[in-house]
Amino acid sequence: MTESQVGMAQGDGSPGIGLRGALVDIGRCQLLSLAALAVAGAGALVIGALLLLPLGIGFLLLPPAAVALRRISDRYRDRAARWTGTVISPPRPLPSRSTPPENPTGRHQQARALLGDHGFWHDLRWAWAEPATGALLAVVPLALVEYGLFGAAVQPFVWRLLGDGNWYAFIPVDSTPTMLAALLLGIGFIAAGLKLAPATLRVHARWSRRLLAAPHTTELVRRIEHLAGSRADILDVQAAELRRIERDLHDGAQARLVALGMTLAEATRLLDHDLAAARVLLHEVRATSQRALQDLRELVHGVLPPILADRGLGDAVRSLALDSHLDVRIETALPGRLPAPVESAGYFAVAELLANAAKHSGAPEVHIRLSHTDGALRATVTDEGRGGADPDGSGLRGVRRRLDPFDGTLVLHSPPGGPTTATLEIPCASSSPKTSSSSGTG
Amino acid sequence: MRVVLAEDLFLLRDGLTRTLQEHGFEVIAAVDNGPALLRTLLEEQPDVAVVDIRLPPTFTDEGLQAALAARRSRPALPVLVLSQYVDQLYAHELLAGGQGAIGYLLKDRITHTTQFIDAVRTVATGGTVMDPQVIARLLARSDARGTTAQLTPRELDVLALMAEGRSNAAVAQTLFISESAVAKHTAAIFTKLRIEPSADDNRRVLAVLAYLKR
Repeated sequence: MTESQVGMAQGDGSPGIGLRGALVDIGRCQLLSLAALAVAGAGALVIGALLLLPLGIGFLLLPPAAVALRRISDRYRDRAARWTGTVISPPRPLPSRSTPPENPTGRHQQARALLGDHGFWHDLRWAWAEPATGALLAVVPLALVEYGLFGAAVQPFVWRLLGDGNWYAFIPVDSTPTMLAALLLGIGFIAAGLKLAPATLRVHARWSRRLLAAPHTTELVRRIEHLAGSRADILDVQAAELRRIERDLHDGAQARLVALGMTLAEATRLLDHDLAAARVLLHEVRATSQRALQDLRELVHGVLPPILADRGLGDAVRSLALDSHLDVRIETALPGRLPAPVESAGYFAVAELLANAAKHSGAPEVHIRLSHTDGALRATVTDEGRGGADPDGSGLRGVRRRLDPFDGTLVLHSPPGGPTTATLEIPCASSSPKTSSSSGTG
Repeated sequence: MRVVLAEDLFLLRDGLTRTLQEHGFEVIAAVDNGPALLRTLLEEQPDVAVVDIRLPPTFTDEGLQAALAARRSRPALPVLVLSQYVDQLYAHELLAGGQGAIGYLLKDRITHTTQFIDAVRTVATGGTVMDPQVIARLLARSDARGTTAQLTPRELDVLALMAEGRSNAAVAQTLFISESAVAKHTAAIFTKLRIEPSADDNRRVLAVLAYLKR
């Protein structure tokens, strides 16, 4: 099973492919070069406000200028993510006014808070650098294409009129052959520009990230908050799980074993004088012991499905597929076994997604793809059903909670009318040997 | 009949050996790990092997792997696999060769001695026995897909027992109907599911399973 035709739900802002993609990227370069004017403008506003601080009026001007600049920088962060997939972590929100806007002291306080804000200075630094460096970068492919157009589309018509001294790049265009050479050179420039555009956008995004990313400390604070939150969640979930297991054992298998002992004692007593009654009780004992086994089996399966322990994620998902009443096509590209907690989280998440598809999608067929790339387990569940899945449904929330301790992600792409694609990723290294180290007693 | 037994827990191994011996089987070897099982199966050429799926040294599906490996060099070697749980994937792997002489039972069934001994005999003589749980799940699945919707409840009962490897006589006894009634139901099932009828019990089960697997 090694076909690769699963529709992966890329965002609509994936890097362009082919000629159309290159043209789109040129358009983006154009946009960047123009947007630099707005950046410069906003930067100048902020600088102006800063210069006016000694006069007092700067305190009134600074907050709106800073907000305007932040709005623009946010747009750049957003573009970097949509165009090239470069995620730029946003800074903390700007200090806001705690008092009504009419109150001048409120603005003063806000301006003072702004002066102490890391994100604000980052924005300002970027506002100075972007028009000079970023926009310049974006102009390179743009200039190539435009100059190429001049050579290829304009020169053939104008060289006769221009006469002597008409140069295109290093070619003196004064005859038909030189005109043709200029035309070819122009096409070459256009091709180079188109070729360069995607790479330029990527470099620009990386450059912007350098300047715009939240300071390291903000990142760390954010990370700690997330870890503390997810740790509390894990502890809650774990405690609830233990409680469930304890209750299941207590009310299920354990109670049945007690009943078993009682029935056996009664049967033993009856053996002497009422064989028929004893036989009935012994039948009961057998039935009860079967139920106890059944209870235990279900409990074990809920904790860790045996096939997952024995065979790992690939075969466990195959087994899920065999139990599903949908047609499930599976592709796996997993390198041996993954760490046990990852396998377990992945299994239960895929099981939930498959159950969701069976319940809501109305599609007869589901496609599951498991792979391990770039140090992450990635599972995609696709169906051609009716779509419109609710990302905040209880099932999907449960999946997210399972992935959270691993910093895993779940991306749902489910436009009304389908198809629905759920992609989950769990960062992990693979432990390559096929057999997991067992804690066996042998 | 000569039996090779593989089970790592001493208590169960002992009990199984005793049960088999009481019913006239000769237990020629009782091993407790995967490699020893494979070696014994290839050397001793038993009439049937009774194998626990989870065995040392890996405590995973070592027993199943050893049985499948042995059947690759001796394709029709009768193997009855026992397990604490049933899994459709394992059932598929066991049936994949299409040779029959395969059994797959929950360990619970051992306590039902006659049923267990019947299963060992059926497998030893080339039959196929699937655990009722495997069958129930297969039927539930094909039910949800509507493939067995055309069958009457009684026919479903017969189909389930048939898929467990029971003979017409055993089916008749379980359902308290006459053998000719069973034959009639069977014919109706085969017609409705468009399965070619066959005299061979084993092929009958395989045909049913193959149908349900779709």
